[in-house]
Amino acid sequence: MSDILSAIQQNRGSVLQDWLQNLKSVVQRRDLINDRELEAQAGEMLSAIADAPSGSNLRDLSQSGWAPLKSILGSLSVSRAVQGFTPSETALFVLSLKPTLFALVRKDKGREADDLLSDVTSINDFIDNLALHTTDSYIHGRDQVIARQQEEMLELSTPVVTLWDGIVALPLIGTLDSARTQVVMESLLQAIVQTNSRFAIIDITGVPTVDTLVAQHLLKTITAARLMGAECILSGIRPQIAQTIVHLGINLEDVITKSKLSDAFKLALERSGRKVVRVDKTNGSAHTTQRGA
Amino acid sequence: MERIPILRMGSYLLVTIQVDMHDKLALTLQDDLTERISSVNAKGVLIDISSLEIVDSFIGRTLANIASMARVLDAETVVVGMQPAVAITLVELGMSLPGIRTALNVESGMEYLRETVGSREESDDDDGLSTED
Repeated sequence: MSDILSAIQQNRGSVLQDWLQNLKSVVQRRDLINDRELEAQAGEMLSAIADAPSGSNLRDLSQSGWAPLKSILGSLSVSRAVQGFTPSETALFVLSLKPTLFALVRKDKGREADDLLSDVTSINDFIDNLALHTTDSYIHGRDQVIARQQEEMLELSTPVVTLWDGIVALPLIGTLDSARTQVVMESLLQAIVQTNSRFAIIDITGVPTVDTLVAQHLLKTITAARLMGAECILSGIRPQIAQTIVHLGINLEDVITKSKLSDAFKLALERSGRKVVRVDKTNGSAHTTQRGA
Repeated sequence: MERIPILRMGSYLLVTIQVDMHDKLALTLQDDLTERISSVNAKGVLIDISSLEIVDSFIGRTLANIASMARVLDAETVVVGMQPAVAITLVELGMSLPGIRTALNVESGMEYLRETVGSREESDDDDGLSTED
């Protein structure tokens, strides 16, 4: 086996040239990667193969001698996943080394059919295993991207905003599932404590569907807020959702509902003894909010 | 024996739960509080549970019971300062405590008591016939 490795070591330059030629014909995404980067990556990988310890077996990738090669390949695949390459494009990077190595052993072994066959088989196995490792790493990289995006979405989608002293609002956007509702519930209750708010407005204009589960979660949040001494107002129920709620038999009798966020805000202001009045235009500003008695 | 102190402020009683509630303590509080409401003729009870971090169904039910008993004894009860975790736990246990008045903190709780109990006493003073809603 190791004579293949030593052949690669001796012909490092020509192997790299040959491989790069193959690579440039198969890698179509010139918009994502340029020639220089490609050459650097190929050179790095080839030296990891050529510099493997002399006892390394081409058929057994789990040997410790291959660890540097695997880590180079792993990080390369992850970066390609982030850049937007497809899995097959990523795997082709490794697979395109195959014809080069075949040509190398052909030149080395001449016409000895048995030797040639055994070398070709081991190279084949080696490269296939590398390609599988590449694909695994690629998918792992993708998974990480997806997990991070999910986390970001969870944080992005649950802002609690203070509308006025003692009035907070929670504009919900997107589908509510159990995990998200838990986060929503906790952040709303936390905000109520922090801002000492007596009124909380939950606006569901951006929620596309309301099923029994979502309604149950909303009711739980409203009840928990009430237990803490804050009043919840539900706003932004669209006609379609109102129909669904009634058809599903969900009881929203005990919940104050308003059609728009502005109506809910107005109610909260009224209940906290404030009102919005129009100031005479000659005084300058158009609107102001005054504290009532 | 361990007891939760009950403070008197005019016609109101003030209870602050500073320790972890266990079942016996809750029952003692229930006994003491009802006794005290009738002896001082209290019109309002304020229970501050802002230091309470753990709650179970028994404590939840005892709170509800205390509120109902106080109402029977003609005293308005308000529970203040419930922590988010406690509120979530009670809701998950299916105890929405519909009969209990709640407020964010002692200040707004006292404000509520003054408003409701105060207006009740005023209307009592105005004429013998109670017009309270």
